[in-house]
Amino acid sequence: MTLARRRFDALIIGAGGAGLNAALQLANANLRVAVVSKVFPTRSHTVAAQGGVNAALANVFEDNWHWHMFDTVKGSDYLGDQDAIEYMCREAIPTVYELEHNGVPFSRLDNGKIYQRAFGGQSQNFGGAQAARTCAAADRTGHAILHTLYQQNIRARTHFFDEYFGVELIRDSEGAILGALTLEIETGEPLLIEAKTTLLATGGCGQVFRTTSNAHINTGDGMAMALRAGVPLMDMEFFQFHPTGIAGRGMLITEGVRGEGGYLVNKDGERFMERYAPNAKDLASRDVVARAIVTEVKEGRGCGPNADHVLLKVDHLGEDIIAKRLPGIRESSKIFAGVDPAVEPIPVFPTAHYVMGGIPTDRLGHVVVPASDGSEQIVPGLYAAGECACVSVHGANRLGGNSLLDILVFGRAAGQQIIDHLKDDPEHKTMDETAVEQAVARLTRWEQPGEGISVRELRDEFRKVMEDHAGVFRTDDIMSEGVAKVKALREKLKDVRLGDQSKVFNTARIEALELENLIDIGMAIVLSALERKESRGAHSRPDYTERDDANWLKHSVYFKEGDRLDYKPVQTKPLTVDTFPPKPRVY
Amino acid sequence: MKFFVYRYNPDVDTAPHMQEYDVEVTRGMMLRDALMEIKRQDEAFAFRHSCGEGVCGSDAVNVNGSNLLGCTTPVSELKEPVNVRPLPGRPVIRDLVVDMSQFYQQYRAVKPYLIHKDPLPEQEILQSPEDRDKLDGLYECIMCGCCSTACPSFWWNPDKFHGPQALLQAWRFLADSRDQATEERLDALEGPYKLYRCHSIMNCVEYCPKSLNPTKAIGKIKELMLKHSI
Repeated sequence: MTLARRRFDALIIGAGGAGLNAALQLANANLRVAVVSKVFPTRSHTVAAQGGVNAALANVFEDNWHWHMFDTVKGSDYLGDQDAIEYMCREAIPTVYELEHNGVPFSRLDNGKIYQRAFGGQSQNFGGAQAARTCAAADRTGHAILHTLYQQNIRARTHFFDEYFGVELIRDSEGAILGALTLEIETGEPLLIEAKTTLLATGGCGQVFRTTSNAHINTGDGMAMALRAGVPLMDMEFFQFHPTGIAGRGMLITEGVRGEGGYLVNKDGERFMERYAPNAKDLASRDVVARAIVTEVKEGRGCGPNADHVLLKVDHLGEDIIAKRLPGIRESSKIFAGVDPAVEPIPVFPTAHYVMGGIPTDRLGHVVVPASDGSEQIVPGLYAAGECACVSVHGANRLGGNSLLDILVFGRAAGQQIIDHLKDDPEHKTMDETAVEQAVARLTRWEQPGEGISVRELRDEFRKVMEDHAGVFRTDDIMSEGVAKVKALREKLKDVRLGDQSKVFNTARIEALELENLIDIGMAIVLSALERKESRGAHSRPDYTERDDANWLKHSVYFKEGDRLDYKPVQTKPLTVDTFPPKPRVY
Repeated sequence: MKFFVYRYNPDVDTAPHMQEYDVEVTRGMMLRDALMEIKRQDEAFAFRHSCGEGVCGSDAVNVNGSNLLGCTTPVSELKEPVNVRPLPGRPVIRDLVVDMSQFYQQYRAVKPYLIHKDPLPEQEILQSPEDRDKLDGLYECIMCGCCSTACPSFWWNPDKFHGPQALLQAWRFLADSRDQATEERLDALEGPYKLYRCHSIMNCVEYCPKSLNPTKAIGKIKELMLKHSI
């Protein structure tokens, strides 16, 4: 069989906010760019972001990017790289204006400016009064942004490969990335896309957990492709559990609900966040609120017949605010929880939401591999942006409203960087046919006939293991067992067989490839978590309750080969301002 | 609960057939959950789905004659026997997966992006809350296709008639105080097909899972066209 091949200047895998913002830069610069997405672009999970995007526009209260930077560094529990955080917070302002110019239907203030709401972890003046920094389009900001970016890419005539699955990166013997093997889902035919530059923008991996706010498609494909190409994943132990998922279901109820004045109560009707975060209360950082909810339930103060959730009270805001600012969550609450928040409180419990870790990059989007001497090696031809990347701006805990910001700022930065690289009009490197054969083998593996374990069975088992062994609270015993179980499941993967060998739109085949990705990432999470013997941000260990800056103010770096862990220093020096040194983190 | 599901795999089937599945109903089960359960029983069954909360627009299907989203439809609301079919009028790729290319082409044809010709300000383009309110009920479209594939005019002329989804988006930009391409947009809608094939049958309104109203938007465009021609 001859393998179909196409050639482009730039290949982008993933069509969420990061991929589309990068694509827009490239298409506007008249470069040949291919965007590969396993779903039609507007189905990407950016569409589900609700609350908004942070930028110190100061439309509501006085604000500046330096305060935003302080909040982000503190929110990261000092694990974020301060050069990248400074860059992001500065760039936030022009980025949001550019989005608005592109057509995003932001909600408006009376003076015609963009509406901004309060969100968790935001302050004025380095830890002072609550800020209002989150630019919102009602509670459908991600949808508004994703559709706008797709629309602008239509204008710019970006070349889309819709419903193509990214299978494997092609890396030559010198370590350069030459493109990727993809699979056209409709026909079941492989397509090799050769590219001078490849950007991974494949989003998160929330599907590693059983209860998650993440979509079915969030299987960390780009992260796993990077791992298999010899690139490590950084800080994977830091996984954010969003405090307010709909109890028992996992769908997200935006932090914007609390930003608009909603609050949490336990079975006694007590506003328990006052005990955990006396100042910020319900608008403390997400890790703090998620732990508080789990603790309330564990200590017997949960609500409902099984005492397994708490309640989010909204009705006091009144019909008008709810209809105007929170129409989407009202709809979701009615459908999935059977309650109208204008009348009754919403039952909520933490849900797996966001991975702070990912493919290590510099702040320009280059994928970098930390070398043992503390320096970094750029992987030639490879870029990453968005949730699949780790710049790192979120460190150990991401602030609400900083995720849309991250994907937009670093998607654009990667796009600009790729343009700069292509300006010199480099040649396509010679294709490495051995690497291509290895990539194709990943597909043919699933053509093995015979009986075996089903993809579904192993996927269900794996996601349960991750939920039980890498959740909100983590002890040595629980995680050691988790590592052993994930290793056993990884072995079992060899015995999984596809019953359906047909070609056309074979979603079972896609789910098999996704399962391999999930398990590779699960291993990165449990191993990195087991080794980090401290509590920092979202990584909370009852057996090591304190943050340990002397030993652990460093990034974890996991390599698939040999399941090896390494560490790299945190960049504590910003670009132009003074360092924010680690301090006790109280809200 | 019994489900009869449309099955067609071009690799092995010569003709489509309805296949029966038994699904144990759990509390709060949505149609998407039931379809995922069916896929557990039969991995060869194919359907699109992703977010599970009605925002990505992947899992529009036809159930007992109505277009709806699998993930926001409780199975308790469905009448037995439950017949699940692909969206009507579109070529079937496999099982519940249809070819939506013409639907997307019609969307692209209305230039669904903001056109602002004046020099851009350094900050945001100002827009009053009242002007912004005009976009409510328009921008929330998730492109699931429930409306256009329920529209007889679109069944007949999917290559020429824009269909309710694309026309809703045409109005979304005409209604935006920041957009400065009204003339071109209206000129492009001239002719007997693109806009005027809408005969206000209102299936689109009935089936929109986001409660949007394309017929009303089309009416607004027609009004503006009339003013424009005078």
